[in-house]
Amino acid sequence: MEFLPSVWFIIIAVLWTGYLFLEGFDLGVGMHLLFSARTETQRRVMLNAIGPVWDGNEVWLITAVGAMFAAFPFWYASLFSALYLPMIFVLFGLIFRAVGIEFRGKGKSARWTRGWDIAIGLGSLVSAFGVGAALALTTTGLPLNANGDRVGGAFAWFNGYAVIGGLAVVGFSLVHAAAFLALKTDGDVRDAGRAFARRAAPIALVPLLVWILALQVEKGTGVTWIIAAVAVAAAVVGMLANAHRREGWAFVGFGAFLAAGMASIFVASFPVVLPSTINHAFDLTVANASSSAYTLGVMSVVACFGIPLVLAYQGWTYWVFRKRVSGDLIPAAHAVEPAVRQQAVQPALRQQ
Amino acid sequence: MQLDPLLIARWQFGITTVYHFWMVPLTIGLGPVVAGMQMRWHRTGDVRWYRMVKFWGKLYLINVIVAIATGLVQEFQFGMAWSEYAKFVGDVFGAPLALESLLAFFIESTFLGLWIFGWNKLPKAIHVACLWIAVAGSIVSAYFIIVANSWMQHPVGVVLVKGHPVMNDVWAVLTNNTAVTAFTHTMFGSFGVGGAFLLGISWYQLWQRRRDGIDTVDVTGRVVPGVAPGIPGRDGSDHSIWITSLRIGAVVAIVAFAGVAISGDAQGKLMFQQQPLKMAAAEAACHTGTSFSVLSIGALGSTTCSDVVPVIEIPGVLSFLAKGNFTTPVEGVDQLLPQYEAKYGTNLPDNPIYGSRAGEKINYLPMMEVTYWGFRMMIGFGGIAAFAAAVALWLTRKGTVPRSKGIMLLAVGGILAPFAANSAGWIFTEMGRQPFVVAPNPTGVDGLYMFTAAAVSPGVSAGEMLFSVIALTLVYAVLMVFEIRLLVRYVRGGIASAVPELAEPDQPDDDGHPKSDVLAFAY
Ligand code: HDD
Ligand code: HEM
Ligand code: HEM
Repeated sequence: MEFLPSVWFIIIAVLWTGYLFLEGFDLGVGMHLLFSARTETQRRVMLNAIGPVWDGNEVWLITAVGAMFAAFPFWYASLFSALYLPMIFVLFGLIFRAVGIEFRGKGKSARWTRGWDIAIGLGSLVSAFGVGAALALTTTGLPLNANGDRVGGAFAWFNGYAVIGGLAVVGFSLVHAAAFLALKTDGDVRDAGRAFARRAAPIALVPLLVWILALQVEKGTGVTWIIAAVAVAAAVVGMLANAHRREGWAFVGFGAFLAAGMASIFVASFPVVLPSTINHAFDLTVANASSSAYTLGVMSVVACFGIPLVLAYQGWTYWVFRKRVSGDLIPAAHAVEPAVRQQAVQPALRQQ
Repeated sequence: MQLDPLLIARWQFGITTVYHFWMVPLTIGLGPVVAGMQMRWHRTGDVRWYRMVKFWGKLYLINVIVAIATGLVQEFQFGMAWSEYAKFVGDVFGAPLALESLLAFFIESTFLGLWIFGWNKLPKAIHVACLWIAVAGSIVSAYFIIVANSWMQHPVGVVLVKGHPVMNDVWAVLTNNTAVTAFTHTMFGSFGVGGAFLLGISWYQLWQRRRDGIDTVDVTGRVVPGVAPGIPGRDGSDHSIWITSLRIGAVVAIVAFAGVAISGDAQGKLMFQQQPLKMAAAEAACHTGTSFSVLSIGALGSTTCSDVVPVIEIPGVLSFLAKGNFTTPVEGVDQLLPQYEAKYGTNLPDNPIYGSRAGEKINYLPMMEVTYWGFRMMIGFGGIAAFAAAVALWLTRKGTVPRSKGIMLLAVGGILAPFAANSAGWIFTEMGRQPFVVAPNPTGVDGLYMFTAAAVSPGVSAGEMLFSVIALTLVYAVLMVFEIRLLVRYVRGGIASAVPELAEPDQPDDDGHPKSDVLAFAY
């Protein structure tokens, strides 16, 4: 077994899991903006709960993709070119969500705000679904030829696993975000979050469970079945804790469900990083898709101090902003008016 | 008509990257200025600096978010549209991208979040440190991405193993002389953007104050600042905020241009060694000689040089640009083309990775209109901006701007000049590298280069690419409209747009900022 490629497989699996864990609740909050929030204040409480951290969380995605490129160029190239169209939509989703969060509060009209709410909500939904579909397909396979290129046209990637993976991440994000809001906010948003998690978890977590089990049935070993069982137990803990108003434990429980679930999926997939559904001889594996030992060595040295550093300062950020957000902390929206003297403007207008 | 995926992919890369590079230089150029202003505020306690931080910081953030959103596309694009390229260079090219995320983007986005929401929550010194760290992050990110790009211009630090580049010296990659000069040059180019932005907007504000009769001039032409109690923000500190910002902008723009000229000269000298044909095409230098073409006409885009007619030439200057003296002749296109053909072949190999292009004749001469005019536009727009900044300093020496609306429009329109210079520079650099996506390094490993024709994803259809390039362009156009609308709204609003307390005078507490339990800068 090749040591460094295996290490980098683990690092990339951790980066993707970290992304789903952290951006899971950001994307979920984006969706709740559309589906759960009733009032403008509720929406602003939700957005400000993720305000200081969502951008940092998104970098987990960029790093996961960058690390794939550096450590497994063949995996990166095949996966992203095969999923060309869905990836374009993921990008649109992420673009509109990011811009929406920043721009939403800076306009005057209700239409502006509402428009960006839809952009944030749909953007979160589409990117969560797309990322989930892509990850499910990289564990279950794509129609790739010997060169790693997709055959069968623009939609050849589409199958049931894409739908399950997409729903898995959407469903998980909704529940995780509800638990996050219950933990991070106060007042009606907190109550609504808890209520949503209680009602939705038993259904919304099912697609992720299906993905986990499908992979265990196909490729599981004793170890991965145990990890999968841990995942299920964590989900149960999350639901029970939520029902008993233990918001911290609920959040941890749902998060652990994701973490253990992804671990069971990635461990079961190893050492294949992207199977070909045409011929297993064309599978991309940690051995045949990876960069050279020198490159991986350099990257490992940097990752050794880089990743702990990232965890430290991102952890610190959560500590700085640990206070719950509530409606009365939100400053009133203020209108941006031109700083001109009315008399000076009006004659100019009259001339027209 | 047969759609050509390669052509679409190139358009897409060009459009998305040039667009990304409209936001990026403003981010890089404005960030350090805002952080410097905040330091001044902490040091002097002067509320004017606080207001400058708030105002310019607001514009900075509106811009950063679009830089981030469009950067995401860049990260995905190599795999989506250029999978053969990604596989060929992944061993060395992916590393700077991954390092950029790990060492720069994480820092930048996390600490920017801390800065945005950290007002009144973090101790002042830590708060401003967060902004400095975020700014440093964006500069480090620029460095890594330019390392990646420079490797395509001048591949170093690798050996060829079974026809693929394999990194064997990361230090050589990180200290590539192409990268060091390009990074310096790009930094200065970005500061030029930031400087012109400060200058143009401050000019507009000062002009508005004069038009509204708030500021007047005495008999010597010296400004007499006034106040307008009815307009939020137009109080006793407003005038000095804008004139200070204007001067900072002008000085930054002038210094940036000096830096850009010096580093650009170094870059040019390197390029004459590393990609001689690119520079010959940039100078429309058809035959070996020493003359610099001030103006050449004729069919620059043709595949040969025979139609190009130099109209005005200065003897010696080309040699100076390339070699640092006035006499050494510089090889022209007609001399270089046969050398390239002898070294890299006259026709694309009969290899399926070239698709329908296999066996086609290779044209080593980049499109000369683009290189020739791209080079001149870069220098020209930069020069205009620097000259305008010097004029602006002189015109405002008595503390305010002329009442002329025309000059005000020039100052505001001048914001675009350094943007244009940056775009022109990149288009020149990138298109001048054609037909290679990885240009051969004349002193490096033999046989290490890649033709752009081989780089595109074989599995992706022209239809998919056509869809994405149209959709991306539309989305980017929409983003541009919204970004500009917001920027304009905040600029029109002046200081009060970024310091809401000024519009609601009963809210602020004694030291002039909002109560500490309310979220500052909330979404
Ligand atoms: C405000 C922007 C700006 C201004 C005023 C200038 N440049 Fe520039 N130039 C750039 C912005 C830029 C850039 C966009 O940043 C480029 C593109 C790639 C790069 O590294 O920098 C560039 C590239 C670039 C290259 C190409 C290097 C390559 O192919 O890798 C050369 C030779 C120069 N520049 C030289 C100059 C000279 C001699 C200037 C004289 C004043 C100058 N530039 C002004
Ligand atoms: C941000 C500044 C950049 C701008 C404005 C820019 C601009 C362009 C343009 C205009 C093209 C099209 C060239 C043509 O069709 O002839 C292009 C192509 C390309 N550039 Fe850049 N580029 C930038 C930075 C980069 C960087 C940093 C990289 C790599 C890390 C890169 C990699 C490429 C690739 C792979 C192509 C496609 C092949 C080609 O058509 O040349 N570019 N770029
Ligand atoms: C074609 C190659 C490029 C790629 C793959 C790329 C990638 C990215 C990505 C993924 C982001 C978003 C980061 C975030 O979310 O925080 C971004 C933003 C940014 N990039 Fe680019 N970029 C490219 C070209 C450039 C160039 C040439 C420069 C500078 C000279 C640059 C400097 C920046 C800066 C300053 C930002 C803004 C904010 C931020 O870093 O978060 N980029 N880029």
